[in-house]
Amino acid sequence: MLKILKYSFFDLMRSRWSYVYLLFYLLLGIVLLFLNNDLSKAIITLMNVIIVLIPLIGTVFGIMYHYNSTEFTQLLLAQPLKRSTIFLGQYLGVALSLSLSLVIGLGIPFAFYGLFYSDAIWDFSLLLVTGAFLTLIFVALAFNIALSNENKIKGFGYAILMWLFLAVIYDGLFLMSLVFFEDYPLDKASLIGSMLNPIDLSRILILLKLDISALLGYTGAVFKSFFGTNLGLFLSLGCLVLWVILPVWRLIYVSKRKDF
Amino acid sequence: MVNIIDLHKSFGKNVVLSGVDLNTDQGGIYAILGPNGSGKTTLIKSILGMVLPKKGTIEVLGENIKIDSAYRNHIDYLPQIANFPNNIKVKELIRMIKDLRGAKNTNEENLIRRFQLEPFLNKKLGNLSGGTKQKVNIVLTFMFDRPLIILDEPTTGLDPIALIQLKELIRIEKDKGKTILITSHIMSFVEEISDEIVFLLEGTIYFKGTIAALKEKTEQPNFEHAIASILSKHHA
Repeated sequence: MLKILKYSFFDLMRSRWSYVYLLFYLLLGIVLLFLNNDLSKAIITLMNVIIVLIPLIGTVFGIMYHYNSTEFTQLLLAQPLKRSTIFLGQYLGVALSLSLSLVIGLGIPFAFYGLFYSDAIWDFSLLLVTGAFLTLIFVALAFNIALSNENKIKGFGYAILMWLFLAVIYDGLFLMSLVFFEDYPLDKASLIGSMLNPIDLSRILILLKLDISALLGYTGAVFKSFFGTNLGLFLSLGCLVLWVILPVWRLIYVSKRKDF
Repeated sequence: MVNIIDLHKSFGKNVVLSGVDLNTDQGGIYAILGPNGSGKTTLIKSILGMVLPKKGTIEVLGENIKIDSAYRNHIDYLPQIANFPNNIKVKELIRMIKDLRGAKNTNEENLIRRFQLEPFLNKKLGNLSGGTKQKVNIVLTFMFDRPLIILDEPTTGLDPIALIQLKELIRIEKDKGKTILITSHIMSFVEEISDEIVFLLEGTIYFKGTIAALKEKTEQPNFEHAIASILSKHHA
């Protein structure tokens, strides 16, 4: 698996898009840190960008990589390699190279800003960890969609719809249902509702750490009162891990039973 | 070498293979022929484990292929469409496939010389023409020296010189006692090199034997006409 990972990783590292992505984060980091005098505001803005953009980029990169390497995957399938090895290797290659772009792109401006000597280092690391998780989750979801759809246009459409649903529509539906059922006790329902969406989960995770109650929103507040800050942090992190494991498990399951 | 017993495969409602039995123990060059959609590629992909059969067993060198993926170590496979990652160079691709198979003794230098690929070694695969990609594909297939070779439409995009080189190469490999399975639509190519014909029709093997036997069976003096007569008889 490491060999496949290595080659997928280097293949992507040579692609122009990895550098565009890296450059984007560099610019974003520099602009937010050096043209803004409030560090916590910068981190919140960064969070909002990361939480919407990382899933989108992860989805698009994941789905494009899978479809672009179809023929090469077939060549690999004819080699004495296990299917799980091939697909896990490719998945990790994409997810790790994207995560690396994120960590380097945001890390450099933060390092120059002198973040290593400030208290915000933990908030910042959590931001990066969450970003890495979102990359892992959405690349895995994209690979799942690509593997289940031979038709590229359909697969691409479903992937974008998935992103749109989780990043935008889900919140709207969620809020509407909260308003609609306001006469009922909603704590548990809203807790479950936010765990079912990795984007919401990441937002709550970061806001819990930043301890900004004004921005927590209803679910965040429920999260905090229900579990307390520390348990809430661990629980939401645990949910994110589950969000990685389940799609990856399905990826392996489906790939073993598929005809190529 | 390859032993297929009662192989069935369908994609949804579309039945592609229904009870294929094939044994290639004598060695030599087998040409798998058949009209479009007769299941040639499905049969080959089943042997490679890329398509999972609905029913039936496949053995390669006495090993049931369901059990372990290691049997593919004994197979050199030339896929139909040669499309590689565009970002890497020819040289790197060769090194990479060698690395992935964990092979030490390979004869790629000979093959590169044979197909005159030296000027392309440092070019990226995305910049190569279709024919040159196919030559690279051939190098990747033949450099390992394994007992079973599977070629899916090997002549695609090749110029006459490369075609002559390919035929010579196939003959050399055959003389080493290997088993070679080939699919092709170029009948003159098949007639020239193959020892035995396996003709697939509607999911089963309609005919297996030498070209001479096929001509006799169909009462046609010419190979191309013999094939055509099977097809027209079946559609009539």
